[in-house]
Amino acid sequence: MLEVEEQDKFGDHLFASGHTACPGCGQSLAARLVLRAAGRNVIVVNSTGCLEVFSSKYPESAWEVPWLHSLFENTAAVAAGIEAALKINGQLDKVRVIAQGGDGSTADIGLGAISGMFERGHDVLYICYDNEAYMNTGIQRSGLTPYYARTTTSPPGRVSMGNWRPKKDVPQIAVAHEIPYVATASVGYHLDLDRKIRRALSIRGPKYMQIHVPCPLGWGSDPAHTIDIARLAVNTGLYPLYEVEEGETKVQKIPRKVPVEEYLKLQTRFRHLFGKNGGKKELEEIQRIADRNIEKYGLIGK
Amino acid sequence: MKITLGTVTHPGGSRVNKTGSWRTAGKPHFLHQRCIACDLCALSCPEGCIFGTGQKTYYANEDYCKGCGICANVCPVEDIEMVSEEDEHG
Amino acid sequence: MVKGRMLQGARAMAEMVALCRPKVISAYPITPQTLIVEELSQIVADGDLEAEFINVEGEHSAASVCLGACAAGARVFTCSSSQGILLMSEVIFNISGMRLPVVMICVNRSVSAPLNIWNDQQDSMILRDSGWIQLYAENNQETCDLLLQAYRIAEDHRVMLPVMVCADGYVLPHAYEIVDLPDQEKADAFLPFYEPIYKLDVENPSTMGAYADPEKYMETRYMIQETLKKSIPIVEEVARDFSNTFARPSYGLFENYHVDDSSTVVVALGSMAGTIKDAIDELRTEGEKVGLLRMICYRPFPKEALYEALRNAVNIVVIEKDISLGASGAVATDMRAIFQGRDASPRISGFVIGLGGRDVTIDDIKLAIKKAQQQFEDADFIGLKEELELEGIDA
Repeated sequence: MLEVEEQDKFGDHLFASGHTACPGCGQSLAARLVLRAAGRNVIVVNSTGCLEVFSSKYPESAWEVPWLHSLFENTAAVAAGIEAALKINGQLDKVRVIAQGGDGSTADIGLGAISGMFERGHDVLYICYDNEAYMNTGIQRSGLTPYYARTTTSPPGRVSMGNWRPKKDVPQIAVAHEIPYVATASVGYHLDLDRKIRRALSIRGPKYMQIHVPCPLGWGSDPAHTIDIARLAVNTGLYPLYEVEEGETKVQKIPRKVPVEEYLKLQTRFRHLFGKNGGKKELEEIQRIADRNIEKYGLIGK
Repeated sequence: MKITLGTVTHPGGSRVNKTGSWRTAGKPHFLHQRCIACDLCALSCPEGCIFGTGQKTYYANEDYCKGCGICANVCPVEDIEMVSEEDEHG
Repeated sequence: MVKGRMLQGARAMAEMVALCRPKVISAYPITPQTLIVEELSQIVADGDLEAEFINVEGEHSAASVCLGACAAGARVFTCSSSQGILLMSEVIFNISGMRLPVVMICVNRSVSAPLNIWNDQQDSMILRDSGWIQLYAENNQETCDLLLQAYRIAEDHRVMLPVMVCADGYVLPHAYEIVDLPDQEKADAFLPFYEPIYKLDVENPSTMGAYADPEKYMETRYMIQETLKKSIPIVEEVARDFSNTFARPSYGLFENYHVDDSSTVVVALGSMAGTIKDAIDELRTEGEKVGLLRMICYRPFPKEALYEALRNAVNIVVIEKDISLGASGAVATDMRAIFQGRDASPRISGFVIGLGGRDVTIDDIKLAIKKAQQQFEDADFIGLKEELELEGIDA
């Protein structure tokens, strides 16, 4: 077995072992892959959330790059300040700034700061690790929780089938800011993810990436199936992978349409859709979302 | 230990947490039979604790492996099995 | 000949900020702070200050931009008032907890509702527990002088805490006064380049903002508390050095205006000291032994120095532009605590005055002093309009 120092020569350990994410955590894997692609010359700003908590219990940091956590909703603004300091000190040609957070800090509480950072044109890559709920506080609904998912604040009940709204389309909100690069990615497709991070960091100005990261605890899925589930989300059409560069959209095609049930049934957060008390109508609605994505982005065919 | 100003701390200190002690449902056993060195197991490990330098060299650092089973699940040639801790010794 | 130039307060403050050479400035407009940041953005636009001026989408982000830039090793500046200060407050606590030497001006204004854009000191008072050093200025000259000192204090490696310079809204930034600003060379000599202890640096990576569990958090608060106590002599030291360098008095912790021979001492902060001094001058010509202790350094609260200065007073009359609603004025409460368990036990009355820009007159001050000399008063509102009927409040 190699010593830790030698293991590090592989260069993909800028996010160190010993972090305290749950087994099979998609977010911790994605964070590691992001840093692997980004390399050492980055400064990372992290929102409050799972990733922050499982990687930065004082003094045991998992980060091998300069890293800062401030608050829940100000990550894009803090990153903008860091970028401004690097710019005035003439360091922006060799150092990149990454701001990152979960779906709650991105789509909900921090959206204003992100919009401001985009609009002002800061040279910052913002990454949203989308695990589709406030996992750190115990699986509450966020603006990125999918339709009909069970969370602790969108529970199915006698008069409810779970989350009553579809996901907020944050990537398209980013596109509307006319920033130079927007992409969605999935922890299930590491090559695509790696390429998009490298692409994003090669472009100057504000960039947005949203990475789908299964959360075994919050989704009620088998930790061993994190990657499979992430891929199913893509292949059903529920999580279309695309990138928008200078207004032009390129998509990652899917080989064939997988019915949404294949994806949903592996997660207890959708179990109520498969019970005696119905769920057929809701499943059809979710299928329609997938179908619409397939059509809108041209996910199937040439 | 010293508490620093603003709890500023050094990089990589998380390695003191030997999260391998979390394992309850077994650990990966690398069969080293069909390995094609695709690196997918290492790239898919949330702990970053799988290493290899070529075909049939991959292993998991058990100090950190939480036993999630992703590696065994993604291996395209089924060269990784999840085994109970006892089986490995047997 | 009087040294200096006739300048609007906001212009003077902006020029002084520029002399401090911040690298990153971020702010969001709010009355009555706007004049200062308008002047500053013009200074940057004219190339007279090499800085990034970041127009953000709210005060929370203004403070956050400063936090990030300061963590990356840059000297920073921000400025706000009232609701902006409240919106920033989460970040304000974060900045001190991260031990980042951010400097800001709080242009003091009342807090809504009802909306009111005029001066009192409720906004900065709310943040007295935040771990920031708070310095309250009487006039524009002092605001400028304190700004230069604020960076020196904040960036002192024995301190490494943020500083808020408080200047009464409208009364100061909108007023024209003769202000003497140093030249750049002298300012640079007084305030050297900022040398951070820790910063975000790819050559020497560190983790900032790690979370502390119950085994560590309490020590971080204790460290700030102890550092604030130890920064009291540093505030004095910097003021002394300022006075020597610029041949102008800088009082440090507080200004002593006829305190030593007075049995009645008014305690107040900020610009109303001018009116109070006028009232005192009149009373003293009538033979009354009345003085003013004008507090400059409110946080850290210099308990020992205040006790020593006030131990011989019989009546202490705290007049303040804030109220801890449901309790007393913040300053009166703090003043009373100083004398607990001590030999001296003056009567400490508290008066609330000038809220939301209500005029503070010499007669108001005299009334407060007279009431305090007669009996103990607490959170007594001076200057209420008797002709107004107040719904739900019995006459």
